Amino acid sequence: MSDTVLRIDKLTLDLPSGADRAHAVHDLSFTLARGEVLCVVGESGSGKSMTASALMGLLPGAVKIGGGRAIFGGRDVLALPEAERRALRGAKIGMIFQEPMTALNPLMRIGDQISEVFEAHGLLTPAERRARALALIEEVGLPDPEKIIRAYPFQLSGGQRQRAMIAMALALEPEILIADEPTTALDVTTQAQILDLIAEIRQRHGMAVMFITHDFGVVAEIADRVIVMRHGEMVETGPASEVLAAPQHDYTRRLLDAIPSNAVPRPERVTAAPALEIRNLRKTYRTGGGWGRAAREVRAIDDVSLTIARGEVLGLVGESGSGKSTLGRAVVRLVDPDGGQILVGGDDMAALDADALRRARRRVQMVFQDPYASLNPRARILRSISEGPVAQGVPKRDAEARARELLEVVGLGADAADRYPHEFSGGQRQRIGIARALAMDPDLIIADEAVSALDVSIQAQVLDLLRDLRARLGLSLLFITHDLRVAAQLCDRIAVMQKGRLVEIGPVDEVFLHPRDPYTRSLLDAVPGASWADGGSPARAEAI
Amino acid sequence: MAIATTVLGRLIKAAITLLAIVVLNFLLIHAAPGDPAAVMAGEAGAADEIFIAQLRERFGLDQPLYVQLWNYVGNIIQFDLGYSYRQGAPVFDLIMERLPATLLLTLTAFGISLLFGVAMGVAASARVGRAGDSVITGIALLFYATPLYWAALMAVLVFSVWLGWLPGFGYETVGGGFTGLSRALDILKHLILPATTLGLFFMAVYTRMTRASMLEVAQMDFVKTARAKGLPDRVIRRRHILRNALLPVVTLAGLQAGQLVGGAVLTETVFAWPGIGRLMFESLQARDYNTLLGVFLISAAMVILFNIVTDLVYRLIDPRIGATR
Amino acid sequence: MSDFWSRFSRNRGAILGLVLLAAVIIVALVAPLLFPKGPWQMVQRPFLTPFATEGLPLGTDTLGRDVAAGLAYGARVSLLVGLVSTLVALAIGVPLGAVAGYYGGWVDEAAMRFTEFFQTIPNFALAIVLVAILEPTLTSITLAIAIVSWPPVARLVRAEVLSLSKREFVDAAQLAGLSNRRILLGQILPNAMSPIIVMASLMVATAILLESSLAFLGLGDPNIMSWGYMIGAARTVIRSAWWLSFFPGLAIVITVLALNLIGEGLNDAMNPHLNRKGRA
Repeated sequence: MSDTVLRIDKLTLDLPSGADRAHAVHDLSFTLARGEVLCVVGESGSGKSMTASALMGLLPGAVKIGGGRAIFGGRDVLALPEAERRALRGAKIGMIFQEPMTALNPLMRIGDQISEVFEAHGLLTPAERRARALALIEEVGLPDPEKIIRAYPFQLSGGQRQRAMIAMALALEPEILIADEPTTALDVTTQAQILDLIAEIRQRHGMAVMFITHDFGVVAEIADRVIVMRHGEMVETGPASEVLAAPQHDYTRRLLDAIPSNAVPRPERVTAAPALEIRNLRKTYRTGGGWGRAAREVRAIDDVSLTIARGEVLGLVGESGSGKSTLGRAVVRLVDPDGGQILVGGDDMAALDADALRRARRRVQMVFQDPYASLNPRARILRSISEGPVAQGVPKRDAEARARELLEVVGLGADAADRYPHEFSGGQRQRIGIARALAMDPDLIIADEAVSALDVSIQAQVLDLLRDLRARLGLSLLFITHDLRVAAQLCDRIAVMQKGRLVEIGPVDEVFLHPRDPYTRSLLDAVPGASWADGGSPARAEAI
Repeated sequence: MAIATTVLGRLIKAAITLLAIVVLNFLLIHAAPGDPAAVMAGEAGAADEIFIAQLRERFGLDQPLYVQLWNYVGNIIQFDLGYSYRQGAPVFDLIMERLPATLLLTLTAFGISLLFGVAMGVAASARVGRAGDSVITGIALLFYATPLYWAALMAVLVFSVWLGWLPGFGYETVGGGFTGLSRALDILKHLILPATTLGLFFMAVYTRMTRASMLEVAQMDFVKTARAKGLPDRVIRRRHILRNALLPVVTLAGLQAGQLVGGAVLTETVFAWPGIGRLMFESLQARDYNTLLGVFLISAAMVILFNIVTDLVYRLIDPRIGATR
Repeated sequence: MSDFWSRFSRNRGAILGLVLLAAVIIVALVAPLLFPKGPWQMVQRPFLTPFATEGLPLGTDTLGRDVAAGLAYGARVSLLVGLVSTLVALAIGVPLGAVAGYYGGWVDEAAMRFTEFFQTIPNFALAIVLVAILEPTLTSITLAIAIVSWPPVARLVRAEVLSLSKREFVDAAQLAGLSNRRILLGQILPNAMSPIIVMASLMVATAILLESSLAFLGLGDPNIMSWGYMIGAARTVIRSAWWLSFFPGLAIVITVLALNLIGEGLNDAMNPHLNRKGRA
């Protein structure tokens, strides 16, 4: 690792008055060397994205540069006039963003959007641009370049769109590539591919990469050096291997602890009577069709059978499109299955009519993914929690008392009952969701990606709560998630779904350490930075 | 040939809608107070016993309702919309005579309102928060609140009576004897005031919508990507923001274009423009309901046709519609 | 709630709108006190110019009636018709849209076809036909306006209910065993209120414009003095007595403008652009 390509010197970014702190970024200093991958890690609100925006000169209007320099190519980019900054953008410093779905102009062809980069800097003739675009599309591994160049963004998948973005960022062979959470919105297997691509490109072009992420697993996978940020300040920095193995600062230690570790605990073998038994469940979606065009069929649930014993936690893992969410919703009959049985406490939920269903509803409850949409914004917490029991016939006063009790149990305190959802944070709202589910006294709770939308440290807290409740109340839980590391920490058994089918199911240590199905194996390999180990020994140090 | 099946589907739907309107017309005639024959004969015709007897026979008014409906629909399908006693001509002929003038008026008004509306909206969004924005938005608000016919009257007053710049009456200068290009120019002069006043309201709608859309699109991720590429602001505005921002505006414009036909009644009345709107007004005054309903039916048909055209245009602009992966 | 008022009151346009509307309402209410003889009374020579004669600040019209009295009584009609027709349109559109959005399926299809049908017909033309055939009375006019105005409400409510139904708190309510009716009325509709209220204020404005347009064409209730009628009656003498067309029109512009400003103010106050829960 030779010369320094970028040096940030005491960068400070001021937030407008009224924001929850004075600076988005305060006194930040670091360097980036040619050809190295620097990971900037932090939770939401840490200022990591703002730093990148400042470098590119793309700060939102309300945020101003309060001080500091960013030396690139011998000049302070922060002090340059706009015309010169524009000349750097795309040409010397490239950037890719998080949401491939929305980061491309929906009305322009991919080829045109790539050629635009050349056009922006007045280079090459249109024919040459097209040729270069074609070459770039091939380089980033997109299949069928001739077709892609004429395609519109909506015709590509998420992973393909991200590759297209990388092609655009690479076009003028910049010295620095800034990647702002580029894989966060992608499936785990796609994520692995994109990470490989970035590593490859770095190798080939000798680019420096500033990779912004919240996921330490990614750090373990590709970083040379790490910066940890918190509330706009740098908290720790150093070579990745050192920081991961022996973190110096408290916060870093907390973050690393919060990550569901790669150690797979030996589960308790649970052999009680089943709380839930699914037999041959089926659900097929048909779209399109009519007027002679064939309809497209998607088998969301393809003949799935499984059981969950009382007091057991079963993890249901899979990527998007695997059918895991549909399965969860089918069990509670928010989605009606096409066939099969769902036996809860001996009754087949799938066969109940509307009235009987309403009465049987209490047996299976759900905790939802989006903390901001799962509570009625106009109802006080007390009402949201006690409404269900009251509808089932519990006297109002009893239901309300129980509601307050449950709020204590989930760690929020009884007086949370009189407040409105918007007064609570994401993690707190999830606790309320759990309290609401518990209020119905169900036989089984389904957690549908219940911690996926939370920051890593909050996630850890909610998982602790679930573990605690399970120990105290003997809860049966169906835990649906795409994050294998989380599943490893909480579940007794794991079921893996792919394209509607159940491909593997077994105790957690067996599935993780000795997977039988090739898909399971590829899934496990794709998890960034993971190398699964038996027992309690931390496997992180071997991650790189 | 996805387009062909779509058009076919739309035409079938259009036919059904028109049929429904015809039935509606029929029901209205029978809902009106008084004898349906007198209703259809109109004020003038009601005095003529022979005419009423003819009407009775034609519509079979002494027969059960569904037979009458059948006759009525049958007539309409053969383009027989009845006879106007007042004007002394078949309704269909009357309408066809005046339709071109209305089309000229409404299409011009549509064009003016869209062009100026979008231009003003873009200008306002470029100056958001500053004086220019407030001025443009204020003007748009004013146009939105102004009754069409009053704007027309005031326009005539100011531009025709007081300033004498433009004619405020009719389609062309009567007895002027213009031909070819000079005739076209003469008509154009007569067209300016009516088309502009007819378009004022929608101009305001498009201004506000374009402004909001531009501001919204400017926040989107792909605009950030475009800036990260180093594109100049002008190009970003035109190629990335405007193109995407115009989509909802165009959809709305298409939907609303049909409503211009309704507004034409007021404009044509004030400016004595010889179109079907004026015909509607005249038939109102003469209680000539036959003609009234005929104009209504044709107006609806025009709206439906326009909607189909807009739909097709929209498919051309937005590649996402109707595409299969 | 107090949050909402502070945001609303910071919007100068909205406050202006409120003041103007209040003025119009007051004039409408005290009209019988100010002009006890009513608007149809002939009080002086016709065609008196404004500010020329004592006690007749806006002059007299073609038949010697007090223009100011006409304006005052006209305010009553406009506000009344605007309000009632909007309420009726809401009574039709809200339930239809809510049911269509929530239950989906064939109910939705049917409701949408029905709504689309009404939206394809040129609004104003339909209103004209309805009022003409049913004979112009205050009732028929109000009804005709309501019939022409409900489709956009139904569309809006359907869209809102549809998007709210997809939110997880509705799923939670279903899991709680609440009946569909209770969910729709108790959970979903209260959350859809803001856009409905904004739309309602704009609908009153449109209704007033519609009523005056109908009256202008001669389709007003012959026993009622309305602004549109005044403009229509003065059309032929516009060259000589332009103020007879000007003042009623100005009254309409002020009222409609006021309602629009209020509607926009409500919209901005109810949806402060919340920062999305984003990552920095």
